[in-house]
Amino acid sequence: MVKNTTSHLGNHQKKAIRRYAPIFLFPTFIAFVIGFLWPFIWGLYLSFFRFRTLSKTTFVGFQNYVKVLNDDSFLYSFIFTLVFTLISVLVINLLSFTVAFFLTKNIKGSTVFRTVFFLPNLIGGIVLGYLWKIILDALIIKYLGSSLALNAAYGFIGLIILVSWQQIGYFMIIYIAALQNVPHEHIEAAKIDGANGMQLLKNITIPAVMPSITICTFLSLTNGFKIFDQNLALTAGKPYNMTEMLALNIYNSFYESSTNMGVGQAKAVIFFIVVVVIALSQLYFTRSREVGN
Amino acid sequence: MKKIISLLLCLAFVVLLFAGCGAKETKGRVYYLNFKPEQDSAWQALANEYTKQTGVEVKVVTASQGTYEQTLLAEIDKTEAPTLFQINGPVGLEAWKDYAMDLSGSAVYNELISDDFALKDGNKVYGVAYVYETYGLITNKKLLEKAGYEIDDINSFNDLKRIAEDITKRKAELGFSAFTSSSLASSSSWRFSGHLANIPLFYEFADREVVGQPTALEGTYLKNFKALWDLYINNATIEPNTITSEQNDAASEFKNGMAVFYQNGTWEYDNIKSIGEDNIGFLPIFAGVNDREQGLCSGTENYWAVNNEASNQDKIATLDFLKWVVTSEEGTTALAKDMGFTAPFKKAKEVDNKLADIADDYIEDGKYSVVWLFTTTPNVDVWRSDLVDALAAYSAGSGKWDAVEKAFVDGWETQYKASKQ
Repeated sequence: MVKNTTSHLGNHQKKAIRRYAPIFLFPTFIAFVIGFLWPFIWGLYLSFFRFRTLSKTTFVGFQNYVKVLNDDSFLYSFIFTLVFTLISVLVINLLSFTVAFFLTKNIKGSTVFRTVFFLPNLIGGIVLGYLWKIILDALIIKYLGSSLALNAAYGFIGLIILVSWQQIGYFMIIYIAALQNVPHEHIEAAKIDGANGMQLLKNITIPAVMPSITICTFLSLTNGFKIFDQNLALTAGKPYNMTEMLALNIYNSFYESSTNMGVGQAKAVIFFIVVVVIALSQLYFTRSREVGN
Repeated sequence: MKKIISLLLCLAFVVLLFAGCGAKETKGRVYYLNFKPEQDSAWQALANEYTKQTGVEVKVVTASQGTYEQTLLAEIDKTEAPTLFQINGPVGLEAWKDYAMDLSGSAVYNELISDDFALKDGNKVYGVAYVYETYGLITNKKLLEKAGYEIDDINSFNDLKRIAEDITKRKAELGFSAFTSSSLASSSSWRFSGHLANIPLFYEFADREVVGQPTALEGTYLKNFKALWDLYINNATIEPNTITSEQNDAASEFKNGMAVFYQNGTWEYDNIKSIGEDNIGFLPIFAGVNDREQGLCSGTENYWAVNNEASNQDKIATLDFLKWVVTSEEGTTALAKDMGFTAPFKKAKEVDNKLADIADDYIEDGKYSVVWLFTTTPNVDVWRSDLVDALAAYSAGSGKWDAVEKAFVDGWETQYKASKQ
């Protein structure tokens, strides 16, 4: 799909694009190097060192990685994050698709609803985390006699609610855009053929919005893995680091160690590889089911 | 050609972005990374005053609560690194020794009233304490009288327990509780995982004659810790199961006359003085060990250290600034009046702090101070966090006291090993 995007342009335009491409790419490229590539190379390099501050480092080879593999808390956080991500991807995508589906049905005031659903996305994760902590704690203390800091199950559910609430609006916008672009002729033709609502959805709408489903699952999957501020603000890993997700685990092992931050760095590198592998394979599988491939 | 021009334009743009980073200075500069958020504005004012008098630039940055270590780690690698920072005792010294300059012979060290306030390793002085603090049970005497007691009635743990439980029994009639909420939310949990936990540490260290940081604990006095904790949570303004809630605000409960006792220290004085100076009492945290002779808990976890990696000019500027702070009229006034610090320096001014005055009285009466030993906690954040989780579960009824003992004793050993890796 991507390779054909310029096919409708004239020769002259293509030339212009080719000529001016560097101008448009350069600032982004510089930002990419400064903001991503350079820190990443540094991080990779530091993961082989024992260090506390960047100016005093000692080479230790793979020692940091060995320590990570022997760290139960890392494995626990990994599994916790995996389960969390699977559930949150499902919940977020199902709900945002449903909301988008109904908000494209000419319901009265749907523009207002779209804005309302999108708003939580504009608030930062830390603020949301504290707000939801207050709300949820008040409810849990009153009705369940416990609290987020006492029961990991509530912490887990709270995290799902918080993250869903924050992200549904965002994915809803993507789905709305996709749903509005489903070719009307296809729907009409299917209706004439006697398809009912369910069949329409299954055979026409969903295949047509598959690219959006790809992008949304991809984004929500990596989002789920990278959750940090919400986790820090809502539970901070309590109780006993049982609600500590990967990013928070890395952060904690980085700052808790008074002698060697290299272990945290090694965790971060492993984390990067895992997220890339999962995201790419997911992208590959969903792509293969898209219309037009 | 156009391509080249456009590339050049881009480059020029990037260069412009980085321009303005190279301002030069001839005099040394001072950059203080301050630990205590409450005193930020006072430090800024003092820094301005110094710049006005001497022309030396003094920058004061305050790390937000609980992020000092992260901020320092990030700042210390910068070209313009802090020249003056704080380390919080022996454990902090171990982590920052490479960066702390030997202060022996410096004016600020010579101004100390006693060597007890220097953070030393061998003959070298790496830190100089700048504030001496005391905590205990801050007491609202008027409320205590309303309940029919005098502050002199409380001379032991048993007295405290009897009176607290009596107040709880008559809570509805009296309209207040014995203790303010012992919130285990992160903004308040250090009062217990740090300060209250210091009591069993103190007596165990004394029995075993521990010097420095022990590799393991026995937990001999955890039963006293438990008795105190039970007293705190069962006679408080809140139900024990809401103990982790962020909403608990012990200081305002105390200010609003909702409770008689509030475990906190001299630094809290400004916050609670509205109940009236004559109304404030300050009791030792009686642990039932040696109540007749035990006084308040005094010590420091705040030491100034000068960055060893700074340029000579900056080091000299920083030492001059410190000398000015602890000897000049403006400096000593700011320390005592604006920041409320009982500073351990020869020229230090008297502070306007009733709690500090009472603390002095205890020492004059010959009571011994429970010194701060929590500064020896290995991997302090992890150790405390696990202790807080165990305490919270125990308080809410979902966990056993065993878990608290485990977090306290086994946790110490685990973290000791982890910190030495």
